Amino acid sequence: MDREACLRQVSLSEMPALYRSMQDNRKEMDMFTSFLIKYAEIGVKGKNRYLFEDALVKQIRHALKKCDGEFQVRKTDGRIYVDAVSAFDFEDTVEMLKKVFGVSGICPVIVAEDEGFEKLGERVVKYIDEIYPDKHKTFKVAARRARKNYPLNSMEINTQIGGILLDAYPDMRVDVHKPDIMLHIEIRDKIYLYSEIIPGPGGMPVGTGGKAMLLLSGGIDSPVAGYMVAKRGVKIDAVYFHAPPYTSERAKQKVVDLAKKVAQYTGPIYLHVINFTDIQMYIYDKCPHDELTIIMRRYMMRIAEHIAKETECLGLITGESIGQVASQTMQSLAVTNEVCELPVYRPLIGFDKMEIVEISEKIDTYETSILPYEDCCTIFVAKHPVTKPNLKIIKRHEQNLTEKIEELVQTALDTDELIIVS
Amino acid sequence: MKVYLDNSATTRCFDEVAQLMMQVMCRDYGNPSSLHHKGVEAEHYIRYALETLAKILKVNEKEIIFTSGGTEADNIAIIGTAMANHRMGRHLITTQIEHPAVIQTMRYLEDQGFRVTYLPVDGQGRIRLEDLQKAICKETILVSIMHTNNEIGTLQPIAEAGELIKKMNPMTAFHVDAVQGFGKFRIYPSRMKIDLLSVSAHKIHGPKGVGFLYKNEKCKVSPIIYGGGQQKGMRSGTENVPGIAGLAKASELIYQNLDADMERLYALREMFIQGVSQIEDVKVNGCMGDESASHIVSLSVRGVRSEVLLHALEDRDIYVSAGSACSSNKPQPSATLKAIGIEKDLLESTIRFSFSVFTTKEEIQYTLQTLNEMIPELRRYKRH
Repeated sequence: MDREACLRQVSLSEMPALYRSMQDNRKEMDMFTSFLIKYAEIGVKGKNRYLFEDALVKQIRHALKKCDGEFQVRKTDGRIYVDAVSAFDFEDTVEMLKKVFGVSGICPVIVAEDEGFEKLGERVVKYIDEIYPDKHKTFKVAARRARKNYPLNSMEINTQIGGILLDAYPDMRVDVHKPDIMLHIEIRDKIYLYSEIIPGPGGMPVGTGGKAMLLLSGGIDSPVAGYMVAKRGVKIDAVYFHAPPYTSERAKQKVVDLAKKVAQYTGPIYLHVINFTDIQMYIYDKCPHDELTIIMRRYMMRIAEHIAKETECLGLITGESIGQVASQTMQSLAVTNEVCELPVYRPLIGFDKMEIVEISEKIDTYETSILPYEDCCTIFVAKHPVTKPNLKIIKRHEQNLTEKIEELVQTALDTDELIIVS
Repeated sequence: MKVYLDNSATTRCFDEVAQLMMQVMCRDYGNPSSLHHKGVEAEHYIRYALETLAKILKVNEKEIIFTSGGTEADNIAIIGTAMANHRMGRHLITTQIEHPAVIQTMRYLEDQGFRVTYLPVDGQGRIRLEDLQKAICKETILVSIMHTNNEIGTLQPIAEAGELIKKMNPMTAFHVDAVQGFGKFRIYPSRMKIDLLSVSAHKIHGPKGVGFLYKNEKCKVSPIIYGGGQQKGMRSGTENVPGIAGLAKASELIYQNLDADMERLYALREMFIQGVSQIEDVKVNGCMGDESASHIVSLSVRGVRSEVLLHALEDRDIYVSAGSACSSNKPQPSATLKAIGIEKDLLESTIRFSFSVFTTKEEIQYTLQTLNEMIPELRRYKRH
């Protein structure tokens, strides 16, 4: 029984709404009830633009399902707004939005009823005071009048609000070129106020770039590789090879946990768990020991590609980086690559270990990755594995496997265990 | 057949214990410190537990302190004694093969400026009384020796040690970690000159998260947890009433039939050892016969890593424990196995089988048969 199932059985039906109380400590954030989502790159995709925007809306909706509170995500006037329609946790919501690829910035917005220009001026004065206790700042007002029957036009709003602010806060100065505070006022059916932009992850919405199969090992590199490709809008499926009894159930749980972390960015991941023991043992029996790892990897790629093709993936992703270990030298990569027809994406190819660790810490997979459970690549590794394998020799030694290998690969594929991780 | 042979890690709860606890949690859920009827009801369970345990150990009810388990009992015994007696001396004695709950607590005291002697053991895991005699000095405030070793099952000469300690220095307190011994042997602290005794409930078919410390009335120990002053200030915090009731029930049940159960378990152990001795290159660690506990067998299987054997057995529904918790990334061979001088290449090939009153002859036979088939197969594949 996996962990999820264990926990589900014992969980009480009534879960206290713990997180609600947290909001009491965050009075100053209560005024924001909406977020304007900025997206950079997808703005320039021509006639496909709506596809990208729709994908982004879908991803945002999916991400917010994990937050307390109810939200409406809407696309209006070429913008995406997230409106909270119930009590919600500001910090959690921002954290979630920061994980949606395609979002370049998140602006917390105050939505106010239109109660006349005078009231608007008061609201703006109050807003500035709440957000910027230190008034030694330059600012610019950028009004936009989408509702054209508003009594003042944009320019008039800019100058008049600017004047009100200067009167209220003598320390503030106007700077129209590089202001510290860019105060946006949008007049629509209601009035929208915002000035802060929280940076998002960038990239493109997942799902706009097709799908690829990630070889997920449980190490530091492969989750990062998955993250990087997903950032370009690619949906991720994953395959993990386990070798019971040589690798433990905890090693598998660790991979599920890693997939879960990556899924925070990529959306649900279909994780295929392949039992690799018999194939590994067969290679161990029939091939030279120092070639075990490289031949194993060739079979892993073959199996991964097979599942990839069946599930409409357009490529494979690995966490390889040149020269990191024996199986990742240029020669070894060439020999492993040779079995694949699909393109193999290796987003970390030019990264140093430290650079990879840095990203893994950022996406919170590092702690899990370094848990000390053996994976199937290390259990029988030779003391001196080949670092410059010769394709012809490897192929010749693979001939030793012809008798049973196809049957074993087929069995492995037939017993594929699918875990949907989200 | 599901064969659970990891009873030194934890045991299945007796049904009666679970039922009693359910009753305490759902019906008699009062706080024993409350003045009203609900509180009195809950207090009855505490009294029942005190009576039961005092009777089993032949001690006074006042001398039982309920804790969150064996680890906390060890911590109170060691840190509490050190804090209360540091003016009399700053020297403690223990053995090299104690449970981490004792060893790590001793290490903490070393950081606090205490001096600790770690007694070596022989090839079977027993301390030598001469070593103990030599180590005790005027400064010694505590000797802590485990009753039954959790990894290899060896019994220590507790009664003799108690006698010796009191002869050498009557002021020295004697603590015994009996987490693996309680429920397997009749332990009478006053007759064995034991001042402090740690016990855990979940090793004797009780619940996790509860245990107790026996503390001789005359023994000076400071509390390490402060608060509402429950248990005469020795261990503040609302008593874990369901746990305490479960602990008492389990103790009662396990001692009900002790002699017959132990006889049966020793016979099973003998049969198991006979069986595995037939397999080539398999070594039994620790003692034979009644010099060992009835429920633990430690095996070293040359050429098979313990983790692999463990998972292979798991595949056949046999659950055991790796003799030393380790992995290829962070090898941490067990201190006990090192102390008994086990060969280096057997350190990572040692596995522990531990039985309970639920273990049957059929289960042992099935396990033997499985080991016979499995070990030669696993030996074929190894790291070069």
